[in-house]
Amino acid sequence: MIRMALRALFLTVLSAIGSAAADEVPLRVIASFTIVADWVRVVGGNEVTVRPLVGPDADAHVYEPAPRDVRDLAAADLLVVNGLGFEGWMSRLVQSSGFQGHTIEASHGVRTRALNGKVDPHAWQDLGNAAVYVRNIAAGLASLRPTAADRFRARTEAYVHELEQLDLQARNEIGAIPREQRVVMTSHDAFGYLADAYGFTLLAAQGISTESEPSAAGVGNLIREIRNNHVHALFVENIRNTRLMDRIAQEGGATVGGRLYSDALGSPQSPAATFLQMYRYNIATLVGAIQASAAGARARPHH
Amino acid sequence: MLHDILLTPFLEFAFMRRALVACTALCLGNSVLGPLLILRRMTLVGDAMAHAVLPGAAVGFMIAGLSLWSMSLGGVLAAVSVAVIASLISRGTTQREDASFGAVYLVALAIGVLLVSVSGGRIDLLHLLFGTVLAVDNEGLILVAGTSTVVLFTLALIYRPLIVDCLDRRYLASLGVSGMAVHVAFVVLVVLNLVAGFQVLGTLMSVGLLVLPSAAARFWTTRLDALFAVALLFGLCASFGGLLLSYHLDVPSGPAIVLVAGSLYLISVLGGSCDSILLTRLARLKVKNT
Repeated sequence: MIRMALRALFLTVLSAIGSAAADEVPLRVIASFTIVADWVRVVGGNEVTVRPLVGPDADAHVYEPAPRDVRDLAAADLLVVNGLGFEGWMSRLVQSSGFQGHTIEASHGVRTRALNGKVDPHAWQDLGNAAVYVRNIAAGLASLRPTAADRFRARTEAYVHELEQLDLQARNEIGAIPREQRVVMTSHDAFGYLADAYGFTLLAAQGISTESEPSAAGVGNLIREIRNNHVHALFVENIRNTRLMDRIAQEGGATVGGRLYSDALGSPQSPAATFLQMYRYNIATLVGAIQASAAGARARPHH
Repeated sequence: MLHDILLTPFLEFAFMRRALVACTALCLGNSVLGPLLILRRMTLVGDAMAHAVLPGAAVGFMIAGLSLWSMSLGGVLAAVSVAVIASLISRGTTQREDASFGAVYLVALAIGVLLVSVSGGRIDLLHLLFGTVLAVDNEGLILVAGTSTVVLFTLALIYRPLIVDCLDRRYLASLGVSGMAVHVAFVVLVVLNLVAGFQVLGTLMSVGLLVLPSAAARFWTTRLDALFAVALLFGLCASFGGLLLSYHLDVPSGPAIVLVAGSLYLISVLGGSCDSILLTRLARLKVKNT
């Protein structure tokens, strides 16, 4: 009798475990790039598996779909994209894969800015927008998995709190730098949102490209531009010849800053493995480079 | 007006002045090495050397990572080994220097490509080694000027045996001087000068300024000491003109400097005062008319 009861109990437990497992097969999510994938991981937790199509340190602008990408997308429950024209290749990929699931445009409802007459797609570089992204992702996941909606919401609110803390910290650090010193030159146009949020002035590095050999005119114009605009730091990671950048910076009276992460997170070993780490790292790099330049300028009063 | 065109770029920008100083230092060494190189029929050695540095750079990278110094040291050692092995072969056998150099540098290049892919670098090692004339830093200036100084003083020491070795090897041997030792010393100097040039100014510039001014000078004089002077003059003109061209026309500096040197060569071939096409034609006409 006792044995029968035990056996019944055992079976009930087994079936309970079984049904719970069936209910909690993780949602298969494909994200277009690493930053959105990071947010899906944060919000979705154990309830999702996520893979970015464009991986760490890769450039979403020149992405070529691999056969594996097409296969994984076809099998996915949910596709999360940035939108705002960032993934121009996505609609063709969706069509060719025969993907039938839901698509979330994570940037839906963010504050946008214009870039060369179009919407600037790099909206994640503003922490206020980042909160919108995360909430959109949470809503999308909840509609597919209503039973986990509470968990998604709780994780989202905790994360948004972290974003707000980071924003406060960034404002504090950047506030210590006089506004007229917040002038930097980049080879990317990916930091417009960050610049707007914290009062940086961005200048584009023009006249020098990675591929071609530099001309004296190109180098001269760049130095003149740096001098005239009192640029404090250069972030021109595309240029492989670091000696040339050092020369240009020194002659213009600026410093060469480190690498800024724009369109992709770094590898898990890098200092930018997650969005929060990446943002912290970018802010620290910007602030560090400007302070180094200002200290250098005080040391050399003739500049 | 003329002041604006010729001087303002150099007055306004330190990188232009640095480029000019580095070129001048390079030309000083080259103006002596170049004519001797032509006299010894070794003009193409420079191109071979540009590839021969690869295995050394790769080994340097494998040992010490992306360090400019270890890679340069490796590059110099590899290039010197290639040069010395090729010279030994051509001295010990009937094979000419161009053939032995061609053979040995290809082997070195293959080893280099192999090592680079084994060490797993997608990084372009040579790109790190090869500089540009527009980005000469203090280290670079010291390197080029130091190399030129060493080259000129060493050449002064071995000058006589070197010239005799070019003209009459047996006579040199009868004096008890090893022609081989003199030759190896000369080859090492050429390699040092080239590799320093690669690193500071780029391959094209380094090889171009070694060969073209000296080759052009030959159409103006046959005296060796005068050749040195004319080669120096041409080299300096090419550097100055090329930098200005690059500044005013917005074209890459390395090719601009080499092309000005190339134009000087072309002018010399056509209208030089010594064995040029114009003079040869005139002489033939004279012969016909008399």
